Order: sequence, then structure tokens, then C-alpha cells
Amino acid sequence: MATKNNKIEVDRIVIKFAGDSGDGMQLSGSQFSDAAATLGNDLATFPDFPSEIRAPQGTVAGVSGFQVHIGHSDIHTSGDNADVLVALNPAALEYNLKNVKPGGTIVVDTDSFTEKAFKKAKITNNRLEDGTLDGFIVIKAPVTTQCRLTLKETGLDSKTIDKTRNQFIAGIITYMFNRDIKMSEEFINTKFAKKPSIAEANVSILRAGYNFADTLEILATTYIVNPNEHKKGKFRNITGNTLTAWGLMAAAEKSGLNFFIGSYPITPATDILSELAKHKSLNIKTFQAEDEIAGINSAIGASFSGNLAVTTTSGPGLSLKSEALGLACITELPLVIVNVMRGGPSTGLPTKTEQTDLLQALWGRNGEAPIPVIAASNPADCFDYAYTACKIALEHMTPVILLSDSYLGNGSGLWKIPNMDEMPSITPKIAKPNTDYHPYDRDENFVRTWAHPGTEGTHHRVGGLEKQDGDGSVSHDPDNHATMTELRANKVAKIADFIPKQEVVGDQEGDLLIVGWGSSHGAIYDAFMETDRNGKKVGCTNFNYILPLPSNTEEIFKKYKKILVCELNSGQFANHLRYTFPDHNYEKFNKIEAQPFMVSELKEKFNEILEDK
Amino acid sequence: MTDIKQYTRKDFVSDQEVKWCAGCGDFSILAAVQSTLPELGIPKEKFVFVSGIGCSSRFPYYVDTYGFHGIHGRAAAIASGVKMANPDLSVWLMSGDGDSMAIGGNHFIHILRRNMDVNYILFNNQIYGLTKGQYSPTTPLGQKTKTSPFGTIEHPFKPGELAMGAEGTFYARAADTDPKQMKEIFIEAATHKGASLVEVLQNCVIFNNKTHNDITNKITRADHQIYLKHGEKMLFGKDKEKGLVLDGITIKAVTIGEDGYTMDDILVHDAHCKDNTMAFLLTRMSLPELPVAVGVLRAYKTHTYDELMELQISEVKGKAKINNMTDLMNSGNTFEL
Repeated sequence: MATKNNKIEVDRIVIKFAGDSGDGMQLSGSQFSDAAATLGNDLATFPDFPSEIRAPQGTVAGVSGFQVHIGHSDIHTSGDNADVLVALNPAALEYNLKNVKPGGTIVVDTDSFTEKAFKKAKITNNRLEDGTLDGFIVIKAPVTTQCRLTLKETGLDSKTIDKTRNQFIAGIITYMFNRDIKMSEEFINTKFAKKPSIAEANVSILRAGYNFADTLEILATTYIVNPNEHKKGKFRNITGNTLTAWGLMAAAEKSGLNFFIGSYPITPATDILSELAKHKSLNIKTFQAEDEIAGINSAIGASFSGNLAVTTTSGPGLSLKSEALGLACITELPLVIVNVMRGGPSTGLPTKTEQTDLLQALWGRNGEAPIPVIAASNPADCFDYAYTACKIALEHMTPVILLSDSYLGNGSGLWKIPNMDEMPSITPKIAKPNTDYHPYDRDENFVRTWAHPGTEGTHHRVGGLEKQDGDGSVSHDPDNHATMTELRANKVAKIADFIPKQEVVGDQEGDLLIVGWGSSHGAIYDAFMETDRNGKKVGCTNFNYILPLPSNTEEIFKKYKKILVCELNSGQFANHLRYTFPDHNYEKFNKIEAQPFMVSELKEKFNEILEDK
Repeated sequence: MTDIKQYTRKDFVSDQEVKWCAGCGDFSILAAVQSTLPELGIPKEKFVFVSGIGCSSRFPYYVDTYGFHGIHGRAAAIASGVKMANPDLSVWLMSGDGDSMAIGGNHFIHILRRNMDVNYILFNNQIYGLTKGQYSPTTPLGQKTKTSPFGTIEHPFKPGELAMGAEGTFYARAADTDPKQMKEIFIEAATHKGASLVEVLQNCVIFNNKTHNDITNKITRADHQIYLKHGEKMLFGKDKEKGLVLDGITIKAVTIGEDGYTMDDILVHDAHCKDNTMAFLLTRMSLPELPVAVGVLRAYKTHTYDELMELQISEVKGKAKINNMTDLMNSGNTFEL
């Protein structure tokens, strides 16, 4: 094998698996990325699938994809355009062709390129023959025929046999990346541990694909991606949603509180609830409520009772929870609301990503109801920000909104397993029995004390009506309302003293500051690093703390001539900054296609700005 | 077990001024609840009163226990959270017909379906009082109110029917004019493990005065009410001379000794029956054909949600290999880099 083809070492490579939803492309993606992690590569993944479980077969709308970016160097995004595209049918090729790099490799199942399939995909020409693919390396494999031939004697029905097609592809890819086939076999045997005959069939197909690539010498070039040397320690390849769940559970363990989540299924946040539901052994109470409203209200009840209480949702659900957010705000109870954002408005694009709920998170309530807002910026730090959201909620007696999104929630990356002993402490102020308790007495940080029902001598009433400062009885007094409104705002503003200062990479002052927030971090950072600054002084910064903003934010802004705010909406964070620090000039770069930023489009924008004047 | 302090009604009176209208039925419900609590043998700190929005929902401010005044319609969800988070608490949910039957209708049916162990007191005055007199989902068809000046064109809910449809395990009805009856029923509700729904026929003296008068007034109530007790014959009338029999699949009121009916024909009330068909028929009885049933119409014992939740957690814990976050984070597929 060693001399047959040209082995090249690559620093990073992007591969996209695409087929019908149901073709097993998500599995192929995880299989490929787990193998990469085992070999020490850094990685990021991003699944891209329709909102229907099984969209009409063979249509462009039904294409399901899984993109993986692996590297010898650090990986910050799931990658722009693909170096390698696997397309199991004409629709998958049609949908993804625009996102393949010029000269890239395309692997197709030629058996699926039939007149019937073209009709379903609404394509008039056979792309394999009409010249569209000139300039690409096309690997034509009769995958379906090969699978059926290989498994002819097994007695498996053709439907089951056709489901193994993804392993034929995996075989080709294993060969293409010079990987040990044993690793792929192990993956299959673990995955189908309970169905040995299926495991056996898949392994046969995997080998058939591998041998096909080897024997037919279809690959002129194969790739080697060397291990990443910056990352040391014990890692997992894990999605943002799973890590959000783990961060919440870690906070419960650290604080010593029982954990309660009241939630309602909604894409793309549901995985958090289902992950938590698995861990009853860690004292995790999960309640699937009758609706979004009951989700948050049950969590508020659990918080009143003394649990670390959480509700999870996506944009439409956050809208439904708005009134209850106000209740959590006025009762000053700890509560974490996780919003995994998706394309909106309304039902919008449930499986696609967007940063469009920022203003809803900041302002979407009646009355003046300030609630801290923080945002995670990659799948791995979903753990940290979920943990931090709990810490802020518990130590400052406030609801906290954590923003994640479909890109982070469904995407995965390498995450270094932390040591629980080294996680920051979480110490809520809980009333002792039989103390002179007044629910709205506060400390120097404007934080009230939490008294749990069941504790003798601290009984009290809270609720949605305005309360007298200190003693907590119902009050309609105008001066008191003004005082309480200010206290609620001051309490949230004071949190700025407890969060990290904002940091800038690149030049610490100068011509241009590139600003992002939340999940756009990876693409913005890569684009910044890859941009030729042309002698200009440029800095780059990404915000995780949205309300309150870090205390040094304006100090940083003052040091640059121009500020460019990049985000996946029409300018919501830019508006928030403009409202908070009006004395600066904010330029915007926005994308509203419900897709993550591409590094290339950001670089183009940065170059355009740097060329001005 | 440590001895529980002997409380009196006064221990449950808060320092807050009660702001209901003079003559409001809520006063007698408050008094009945305050006199019920000392009888339950539960330490005071374990009581939590949760409410939604409406006149009745001011209730938690007036009871000297833990209290949570929620938002409109959501008391059932809040109370569920309070109970699940700490199943050791005695959770009381105070709500009205607007709060529970309209904006909170969804939570109402689900808390009953789940059989969450709370005591749910539904103040049914068939009107929106706090917003000054609009019709509610329990207002009789045709009644003129602020928002139905020509009469409502909506068929009302009977809360009991809805409770039976939702597989509620406990349903009782009481009249705000009868403190003794209320207290007896509240004690039964508090003792029942599960979602105990008590519909109190409550009078709104300002916007719907005497709406239940036909059922509750002292002169006719012996004939217009039947106080059902488990294991006893379904008898009513001043001298218990009347009773209920089953005629096909409908209930009929008869006079004993007339038309050939004897005491042997009279139905015996079985509140504990698993099947709720009879309870459903009893909840539906209405004037003028039949007396209105009060008392505990249904009290069926089965697992509560909070109990099953705790049970499941302890079962899973018993078998678990993952006992803390460190175990979890290091389990399964990890990579040494």
C-alpha cells in the first residue's frame, strides 16, 4: 500500500458526509471524528440536517450532512468549504457542491445516479457526465452494488444491506486517511454490540470499501494528519448540548444542592433534557412539563424550595417563558434558563443556527426586569458557561440566561476533562433556622438571602407583586417601587465585579477592533489570525458576558479608531453596545442565512475594512 | 420522631391585613383552612401555600407559613416544582375559576393526571372578581356580565367533570357557607396522598352575589345538596327521606317508600373505587332535577408523581456505576493526547 499513491501531510482538512436523512451520515461523521481524536487530532464537527425526521427520500430538502474539521494545528470551527465531500445520492451532491473547495475530492455512489433519482432531486443533467465536476477529483464507487454483492450470502434483506452503504464509504475514507482499519472495526463492534449479525455485516462492508480503494488505486493522493501537539491531557469528543447538561450537573455537585430541571422538548435544546434524564443516579430530577410555561414555573417552584433549578429551551420557548422570567426576577430566586438559539422568527428554521435571540434575552419582559445574560462560544466551553451561569444565579440570587445555539449544541469538539476539585466554589447564601429573616434584606452586593421551606422560623411569602424593600410585604408605595427597581438593576450591574475582565488578542490598541460574541468566536478568531493586517494595528475580542458586560469593556473600546461587530443577526449586539456605550462608532458585519460564519467571508470583510483610507 | 408542637388556628394567621371585600366567601375558606392546619400533625415550617392570580390567590399572604404568590394560571406548575424539589413539604394550591379553568386549564389537567401530591383548593365563584365582573369558564350559559351584556354564549365547565376526565384521584365539593363541612373535607384532602382537588362553591358578594344560593342557602340546602360520605347511603332531605338510585346509566332522585323504592335500592357511596364512572355521574348532578353533590366524591389511592420520582431515583442509584461527576466525565470514550 505504501508506494501506491502519493501520501501528503496536511495541517487541517475538512470532510463532509452527505446523503439522505436515514443514510447514516451522522454516524459516519462521529465515526470519522472519534478516529481522529484517537489519533490525537484536534477537531470540530457540525451536523446539518433537515427538521423532518425522514424528509422525502432523494430530495434536496431531505439531505442530511455532517461536517468534520480535523487538524494537526488547533481547530476553532467546523470548517468552511470541504476538501472531501461524500455524496451518497444526486441530491446530496447538488446541495453541497457549492461548498466544496476547487480541486477538492468528491466521493459518490454511482449506483444512485439514476433518472429516477434526478427526478426526485429535480435535476435535469447527470452531474457526473455534464462537466460540472471538471476541476474536482471524483471518486466513482458503485457502492450499492458492491454492498449487495458482498452481503449476498448473508440472507439479510436488501433494505438492511443498503443501510450498510455508509460503511463502504467509511472503508474508502479509512484508506484515504491512512488509518488502521482495526479502529473502524472496533467502532462498529461497539456501536452494534447488541446486534452481532449487523456488526458483522457492517465490518464486511467496511473491509470491502477499504479493499476497493486499495485494489482499484482510485486515489492518487492519500492524507496524513499528524497529532495536535498543543492539547495535552485526557479529552473527549463531545457536543455542546451534552456539555451544557454536564456543566449544570457539575454546579449542583459543587454547590451541594439538589438539581431540578423543568423543561419541554424543543429543537435544538432537547438533548440537554434527555442527557440530564439519564443521570438520576446523580440525584438529578428531570420533569418534562406540559408546556414551556410549566417548564419554567415548575423550575421557579423548585428554586423556591431550595434546589438548583434550570429550564432549557430555544427561541419560541423563551418567548413563552417571558412572563415567568419576570416572576423569577422580582422574587429574586436563582434560576438558569438555557436558550439554544435557532433560526427565527416564529418556528423559523428549527435545525439551523442563528444568534437572533440576544435582544429577546436582554429585554423580552414586561416592566424593568434585568436578567444577566451570558453566552458560550464553542462546544467545549458550554460546560464552563453552564457552570458559571449556575454560580452567578446562586451567589447573586437572580435568574441567568445562558445563550447557546444550534451550532454549539449539536456541534462537537475536543474537551479536556476537568478536575472537579479545581472547579470554582459555589456558595449560595442560605438562611439558618430561627433567624430574624426578612426576605428582601440584602448584603453589600444587593443580594438577598434564600430561605428554604422546611426550615424552622424563616417562613415568608414572596410573589409577583412588588414588595417592600427589606420586610417583603406587598407594597404599592411609589418611592419603594423606585428603590426596588434600582436595587434589581444594581444587583445585576454589580455582577461585573465578579466576572473576568475582557481580553483582546492581537494589538491592544490601534486602528480596528474586531468584536464578536458567543458562538462566532472560532470563525472570527481564525479569520483574524489569517488576515494580513497590512501594517495596521488590529485587535480581536469575543464576548461571553453580555449583561453585565465586563467592567473594562469601554476602556478597550476607547483604544481603537474603528469597532467592527460581527454576528449572526442584523446587529443586535452592536445595538446593545451602542445603547450601553454610545460614544463609539460601531460598524457591523452580519449574516442572516441561519448558517455559521465562514472564515473566508470574514477575511474578505476584514480586508475590505483594512484597505479603507 | 420528635413531638410536633400543638398549634392553634392563631399560629397560622399572618400579620398581613386581609384585603378581600366585606362579606366575601374567601374569609370563611381562610378560616376553615387555618383551623384545619393545626389538626394535621405537620410542623408549621413544612407548609407551603402557592397561588396564581385573582382574589383567591392573595390567600398565601394571609397564612403564616411559607407562601408563593405566582402568576396567572401557573400555580399548578409552581406548586409541582415546590413539591418535586422537596416531597417532604405539605403543598397547598389556592386558585380560582379564572386562574384554573381558563388561563391555567392546561396545568390544571396535568397536575391531576400526574397525581402530584398537593392540596388544590379551587374557589369557584363563576366570575372574574379581581378584574371586576367578567364571565369565567364556569359562568352559567346566558348570564349577563360586564363582557357579556347580552348573556354569555359559552357552555360552562364543571371542574369535577374535567377532573374525572383528567383521571384525578381526589375530588371533593364544599360550600363556603358551611365551615364545618369545609373543615371535614379539607382534612380528608390533606390526608389523601395525591392531587386532592376541592371545589369550593364560593360567593363573590360584589360581582356575582348569591350565584350558588340555590345550593347553599340554609332553607333549601337539605333538599338541594347531598353530602356524600364513603360507605354511606346516598341520602338527602331534611329527614334523609330521599335518596339516589341508578336508573340505567343515569342517577335518579327518589323518595323512600314512594314508587316502590325502599332503602335497599339506595346507592352506597364508594369514593375509593378505581373506576371513576360513578364519581363522574355524581359530579354532573345539578339542580333542579338532582341535588348537587358535596363531600368527597372520589378518593382513589395510587402512586403519586413525587413518590415515583423518588423511587426511580433510589432504584437507579442502587444499580449505578456512575456516582459523581468525576465518574461520569471519565466514563466511556476518552482520549489521552
